[in-house]
Amino acid sequence: MSTRLASGGRLLNKGKQLKFSFNGKQFTGYEGDSLASALLANDQMMIGRSFKYHRPRGVVASGSEEPNGLVNLGEGGKFEPNQRVTTTELFDGLTCTSQNHWPSLEFDIGAINNHMTRFFPAGFYYKTFMFPRFAWKHVFEPIVRQSAGLGKAPQDRDADTYEHFYAFVDVVVIGGGIAGLQAAKAAGASGAKVLLMEQTPHWGGRAPVDGGEVDGKPVAEYIDGLVAELQAMDNVTMRNRMMGAGVYDHGYVLGYERVNDHTPMNTGPRHRLWRIRTKQIITATGAIERPLSFAGNDIPGVVLASAVRDYAVDYGVSVGDRTVVVTNNDDAYRTAIALKKAGLEVPVILDARASGGGSLADEAKALGIRVENGKGIAKVKGGKRVTGVVVCAQAGQGAMLEEIKCDAVAMSGGWSPVVHLWSHCGGKLIWDDAQAHFRPDAARPPKGANGEGFVIPAGSANGPLELAGVVADANAAGVAAAKAVGQDSSVAAPAVAEAAEAAMEPVWLMPQGAGPELRIKAWLDYQNDVKVSDVRLAAQEGYESVEHTKRYTTLGMATDQGKLSNINGLATLAGQLNAPIPEVGTTTFRPPYTPISMGSIAGEARDAVFQPLRRTPIHAYHEDEKAFFEPVGHWRRPYCFPKAGESHADAVKREINQTRNSVGLLDASTLGKIIVKGPDAGKFLDMMYTNMMSTLKPGKCRYGLMCNENGFLIDDGVVARIDEDTFLCHTTTGGAERIHGWMEDWLQCEWWDWKVYTANVTEQYAQIAVVGPNARKVIEKLGGEMDVSKEGLAFMEWKDGKIGEFDARAYRISFSGELSYEIAVPASQGRAFWDALMEAGAEFGIMPYGTEGLHVMRAEKGFIMIGDETDGTVIPQDLNMQWAISKKKEDFLGKRAQLRPFMASDDRWKLAGFETVDGSVIPDGAYIVGTGVNANGQRNVQGRVTSTYYSPTLDRGIAMGLIDGGMKRLGDVVEFNKVDGSTVKAKVVDPVFYDKDGEKQNV
Amino acid sequence: MSKAVSALEGASFEGFAKVEETGLRGMITVRGDLDSKEMAEAVKAVNGAEMPAVRKIVHGEGGSVAWMSPDELLVVCAYEEADAKVAAMTEALAGQHALVVKVSDARAVFRISGEAAREVIAKLAPVDMSPAAFPAGEFRRSRVAQVAAAFWLNEDGSFEMICFRSVAQYVFDLLSISSERGGEVGFLN
Repeated sequence: MSTRLASGGRLLNKGKQLKFSFNGKQFTGYEGDSLASALLANDQMMIGRSFKYHRPRGVVASGSEEPNGLVNLGEGGKFEPNQRVTTTELFDGLTCTSQNHWPSLEFDIGAINNHMTRFFPAGFYYKTFMFPRFAWKHVFEPIVRQSAGLGKAPQDRDADTYEHFYAFVDVVVIGGGIAGLQAAKAAGASGAKVLLMEQTPHWGGRAPVDGGEVDGKPVAEYIDGLVAELQAMDNVTMRNRMMGAGVYDHGYVLGYERVNDHTPMNTGPRHRLWRIRTKQIITATGAIERPLSFAGNDIPGVVLASAVRDYAVDYGVSVGDRTVVVTNNDDAYRTAIALKKAGLEVPVILDARASGGGSLADEAKALGIRVENGKGIAKVKGGKRVTGVVVCAQAGQGAMLEEIKCDAVAMSGGWSPVVHLWSHCGGKLIWDDAQAHFRPDAARPPKGANGEGFVIPAGSANGPLELAGVVADANAAGVAAAKAVGQDSSVAAPAVAEAAEAAMEPVWLMPQGAGPELRIKAWLDYQNDVKVSDVRLAAQEGYESVEHTKRYTTLGMATDQGKLSNINGLATLAGQLNAPIPEVGTTTFRPPYTPISMGSIAGEARDAVFQPLRRTPIHAYHEDEKAFFEPVGHWRRPYCFPKAGESHADAVKREINQTRNSVGLLDASTLGKIIVKGPDAGKFLDMMYTNMMSTLKPGKCRYGLMCNENGFLIDDGVVARIDEDTFLCHTTTGGAERIHGWMEDWLQCEWWDWKVYTANVTEQYAQIAVVGPNARKVIEKLGGEMDVSKEGLAFMEWKDGKIGEFDARAYRISFSGELSYEIAVPASQGRAFWDALMEAGAEFGIMPYGTEGLHVMRAEKGFIMIGDETDGTVIPQDLNMQWAISKKKEDFLGKRAQLRPFMASDDRWKLAGFETVDGSVIPDGAYIVGTGVNANGQRNVQGRVTSTYYSPTLDRGIAMGLIDGGMKRLGDVVEFNKVDGSTVKAKVVDPVFYDKDGEKQNV
Repeated sequence: MSKAVSALEGASFEGFAKVEETGLRGMITVRGDLDSKEMAEAVKAVNGAEMPAVRKIVHGEGGSVAWMSPDELLVVCAYEEADAKVAAMTEALAGQHALVVKVSDARAVFRISGEAAREVIAKLAPVDMSPAAFPAGEFRRSRVAQVAAAFWLNEDGSFEMICFRSVAQYVFDLLSISSERGGEVGFLN
């Protein structure tokens, strides 16, 4: 059984006990525990079940590589699934539950799959769910959905907050083990600005557990000195609980800081995503121990040798009382020695190497530990926990030599450098035969804009596994990084006592000749249940590419992304393909290194600041009046202003009737306003608009159309000429930024020698349309010096002056067909001006109208709307707007395209008006049905509706639409389809339904 | 002039840094040839300020002038003085190809002050806010989260940030959230 030892636990504060719960069971641990060590201290060996076979799973590692120890952590708004117990720090009151089991962790129905292993081989899903076709949707998918997934999806809103942080440094060092510390010192000594990040709460990595001497001192002492030195350096920042999540182009690094995961009671963000720009990156990310592939290597109690050592030394926890050590290298002997020194039993060390180990083996033997060379494990006995091992010869097929009782197995298959961050941005790897691992190829680093590498691997992440090599390599990396950022570092690597370790020997299967019965129980990927047999089967079935094999078998596709399984898996594949391992290669390493929270990616963007919401100066009035808003770009514009108990349709009708009969107000502040100025401004606008703008007289307004190079309509609006050199161009609400950018694009990239400046002054003004027969009376009531009479300010003129006490620019333009003034005042005066108009208009029953009223009134007048009558495929000619296309101009944007035969053809859908025969309203998006069917058996169509409304003015449905033949079809009765399958008859009419001669707007 | 009010009428928030809307401010967009002597004289005449270097703001007696782009300046002055300055600059640049336009009312202005004010901005803008990279007089036209913004550092250690008036509430909320206590980063000071 696993338990807490009386001594040991260098990371613990045994003076502070913490309470936590697992599946409702109350446990205690100490401050400094990881959730994994605390669970083990309470003999909770089994933590979850695997994905496919629902096999019992216990911790196998002690760090971020852990594939098994996943829990649902927290409750309610703090709930999060798939949290690794090895990287979760214990805090008082922590609650967690196990995953992927039903009805309970101990008794799980899904484990029936375990006994059907034979029937669930690699590619099972692909093979099984193909036929019959209908079964996927009705049988297989519901079952798969029911049983898939590890943790539960959160049900509540995330109660925590998150943020981003932008940082700029010279050198980022990822990893705060002895290599990262040494590299940071070497780089920092040069004066370069260094950011050192470490994903755990502790500095020094595993060196203090592994031991050794540096600079004549025990390594732990040397590390304390290094940390103190670095802390004293102003140019070095040290952040722990911060993982280097990803390395990207141009020295961009994502740092994932877990600010309050361990202190959830604190205020402040839970996670902070650092978005870092750096000149050089040192990846001192260490190495990960590989499991050995023997039958039963997934039973709880079979743990990586280094992790067994970590739990004993760091947390004072024993995984078992009797631990069998099985290895192919010297490092695992450290575990046996550590356990023995802690007073625990190590019945045997099984060393797969016939020649055995080096000086560490001698030390173990001297402690009285039995060492068996050339031996391995045939299989592990036990179900929910280890009860013993069957010993065999590594060279054989697994015949039992003896059975040894034990409750834990410490395994080591060698070490793989963590090359992920080196590889994210294209760093290449080479195969190291001596260590049987991939390591960074220094000759092929990821390269920056200057063609030089910007990532330097350091320490065991670069290949060296012994302390002396690690420290020397890391120091050199720090010096090299300093040099690369234009600084000098003269820090020399300290002296390190060399240990005489014997060479490791690769072992990809134990025993070497294991037959099918053993291979089918030899796990590669613990989380996704991929075994040696599955990879072999994939190879037999023709999957030669490692990327294909990965997807076919799901090897390395779980939440741990194959940190333990990848190398063993591809070595197995290589073995079966009879190809060298480097030829098979690795799968792609992609960021993030371990999963990061969705919250950290979103940062502050939630709730009120999820998206910017643009408000006009009059927005507060709209809110006070309980306007019904519709989104227009990032603005919220009032759709209508319903009174209590009033429907939206009734409100729109009321607003229109009031405006047509007396006076209404529209907040038109959102319309784009762009100043275009310069000696070439007229020439420029002649190119931007289809109309002639250069002939416009100062003081006058002209409606214009804008097309793109392909001839299609992109915007429209009224242009006012301010003076000889200056125009003010109104755009649609959604077009303000886009059209400003469009203008600048042409000015900066194409006509850079034209003398034109633009400025987007959209937000400088609050613009209010005063509309209706009584509009003039309302404005005149405000007083001021401006003459707004028919003669003083004629239709399509504008004027500056005082209206009341307001600085106003009034445009006599009309989008409703009524007498109308659009009056711009400085935005800061906008609300006061609105209030003044409301007050002055009270005797005329003045009321605001919304965008729906605006739309209906413009449709009654047959005015087009960009985005309704246009959809990116419509040219002005389609809308019968030839009158707005200058024939005198040599060129304008879109002219050439509009001359193309298809564009110039009469055979296009063109604008017409429609009146339903029964007076009803044509549904939005309806098509005009034609005769016959097309090749797909669909009804042919001959046109479609573009705007359709109930007109309160005419008390009937009116519409505009595009129809084959356009106005030539006047008088025809056509049919629009409806959602219910029926059609509605409508007569083709002139699209101007109201005041065709324009008398009302010109009074 | 009548009843002019700023977007948030002086809203403020105090966390580990203080965020305040400063109220109305005069602002003028100037586009033209920044290397011309006429432009230099126009700036000098209306603001008493020198032409700012790239990414800098200079303060004169009549206000401040900031570098916005290779052919654009931003003049910042008292709200009431903007019209007169527009007229004066237009006059001074007569005959030159230039654009002078008042944008005071299109904007909102915030002050961010306190020891860790730099960190509030560094959570939102992709800008090196370290004291070495962003000394007093530095000016940056950038973004905060999802909207455009520009900001500079005053001699007294406070920052001022301008954004479009329509997103004043969004920017105020961003700055407030980013200065909430418990969110101190401890990297920039």
